Amino acid sequence: MSTANLAEIRPLTYRAKVGEPLLDLSLYEAQDGFVAVRNALKDMEPAAISQVVKDSNLRGRGGAGFPAGVKWGLVPMGPDAPKHKYLICNADEMEPGTFKDRFLMEHLPYQLIEGMILVGYAIQASQGYIFLRGEYVVAAERLNQALAQVRAAGYLGKNILGTGWDFDLHVHTGAGRYICGEETALINSLEGRRANPRAKPPFPQIAGLWGKPTVVNNVETLNNIPHIILRGADWFKGLSQGKSPDSGTKLYGVSGRAKRTGLWELPIGTSAREILEEHAGGMKDGLNLKCWLPGGASTDFLMPEHLDLAMDYDTIMKAGSRMGTGLLTVVDDTQNIVSVVRNLEDFFARESCGWCTPCRDGLPWTYKVLQAIERGEGRQGDIEMLEQMTRFLGPGKTFCPHAPGAMEPLQSALKFFRGEFEKGIVA
Amino acid sequence: MSTADMKQNGVTPYSNAIISSDRERFELHPDDRAAIEHEIEHYADPRAASIDALKIVQKRHGWVPDGAIFAIAEVLGITAPDVEGVATFYNLIFRQPVGRNVIKVCDSISCFLTGYDEVREAISRQLDIGLGETTPDGRFTLLPICCLGACDRGPVLMINDDTHFNLAPDTVAQVLEQYA
Repeated sequence: MSTANLAEIRPLTYRAKVGEPLLDLSLYEAQDGFVAVRNALKDMEPAAISQVVKDSNLRGRGGAGFPAGVKWGLVPMGPDAPKHKYLICNADEMEPGTFKDRFLMEHLPYQLIEGMILVGYAIQASQGYIFLRGEYVVAAERLNQALAQVRAAGYLGKNILGTGWDFDLHVHTGAGRYICGEETALINSLEGRRANPRAKPPFPQIAGLWGKPTVVNNVETLNNIPHIILRGADWFKGLSQGKSPDSGTKLYGVSGRAKRTGLWELPIGTSAREILEEHAGGMKDGLNLKCWLPGGASTDFLMPEHLDLAMDYDTIMKAGSRMGTGLLTVVDDTQNIVSVVRNLEDFFARESCGWCTPCRDGLPWTYKVLQAIERGEGRQGDIEMLEQMTRFLGPGKTFCPHAPGAMEPLQSALKFFRGEFEKGIVA
Repeated sequence: MSTADMKQNGVTPYSNAIISSDRERFELHPDDRAAIEHEIEHYADPRAASIDALKIVQKRHGWVPDGAIFAIAEVLGITAPDVEGVATFYNLIFRQPVGRNVIKVCDSISCFLTGYDEVREAISRQLDIGLGETTPDGRFTLLPICCLGACDRGPVLMINDDTHFNLAPDTVAQVLEQYA
């Protein structure tokens, strides 16, 4: 297939393969790079950019699936809007089982930068930040090198392309903690504070970084923008090839004990079965699929009978889980589900920011009970207590989605594999 | 010991060190002061450079001594407790001495499914340390870390800034050998 055709069906990844990053601005420009920025800044009003993205129905790829154009629509615009507005890229990829943003940043740093310039222009931001997790050392180096070239080429800085608009980007590297991925915690962290989430409202689009209007978007979301601007909303909607009412492609992946773990850009709504069986080659020889997480540690387990579902936001939600980041973690039948959930809850307990009591105290408690059951030392009533936890730590009971996310794999494991928990209870 | 146990027993890698009164004993290196001042320029409020500042100090000393908390507070124009609050929140900032090389072994779900326990045990066996501990010769500190975003190549760990993929118990030794 020619590159031009690939660009139209796999826009996010056609320019780079695993291990073959695109790290030269002129090569990126030779493959339509920055055409969207040049066109848009010359011919489009900021509001028109937001409108195209709204029309495209691009939903946030960080996990929540909120329509990106709608998110930007809340930002104050016009002459009375605050002078300082901020765009932040959430590049704090830390959802267990997720490895898509690392690929995009290490292999195609220009594409993220181009997307950020377009969104920055659409909301008339004065400054942008890439909030990158500290462990992504290679991505930091490549983004900074790319930014220097992009700045030298005049796409960032003062009076960009003669528009009178000033905008620059800075890579801020974090120092750990999963909670930084929550957008208001991320803003606190960027301000140099402990990453405790903030109350909403006010939403960041009204009062975010340093109290100014702020948009936070995920890496993959931003990578889609140049293509939507270049080829239009209708083209983007067609990318799902009728597999889903959602638009675009999605970076799907498989980890766990499958034959060919990896990452693939596919039409959004591709079935989990196609992802696992065709692209990942199925489970390793001698292993069977026991259950799977559709998109990270904070999503409910699904079963083998759910494999034919379309991997899109609404379909997976209807099945009782969430698509989350869209990267499958497959659990094989040699695993004890109690151990698997114990591992997940250990993670969530450790990563709780400690701000609210149900999360700070409930998660370590949950972990302790699971540990006891795993050792065969569970007591009568422990399973009922875990079920109670899924309610006490559920949506609406905590300050942010951390603990409710932690309860998703637990509640689904209890639903599908109750017998395995019962085996760990002392009679 | 699991990480949740560690937290409960107060030996978590996120240090709870109390600021002592040795602020006089610490002198911020002029290059570090300049680097922190350069970072401040990227933000609307100097406080935003607090994580950068802690990382700059840590790069030179391997960890963040008590006196550095006061020195950073002075450069940023905020209180020392504010700096300490940040320093103790983030797990990549070390408030107690660590070894020359810090091993961060991913213990999240995909690595757990592909052999984290065996890899971590192999490291512990070879170095005779558990999570949160440092070898007596100061060569290695072993810490757990959450998902490193390389789940298709697990088990994964980082040593200092290097990431090592597709580990197995019998390849751990040759990875560790690379670090003096």
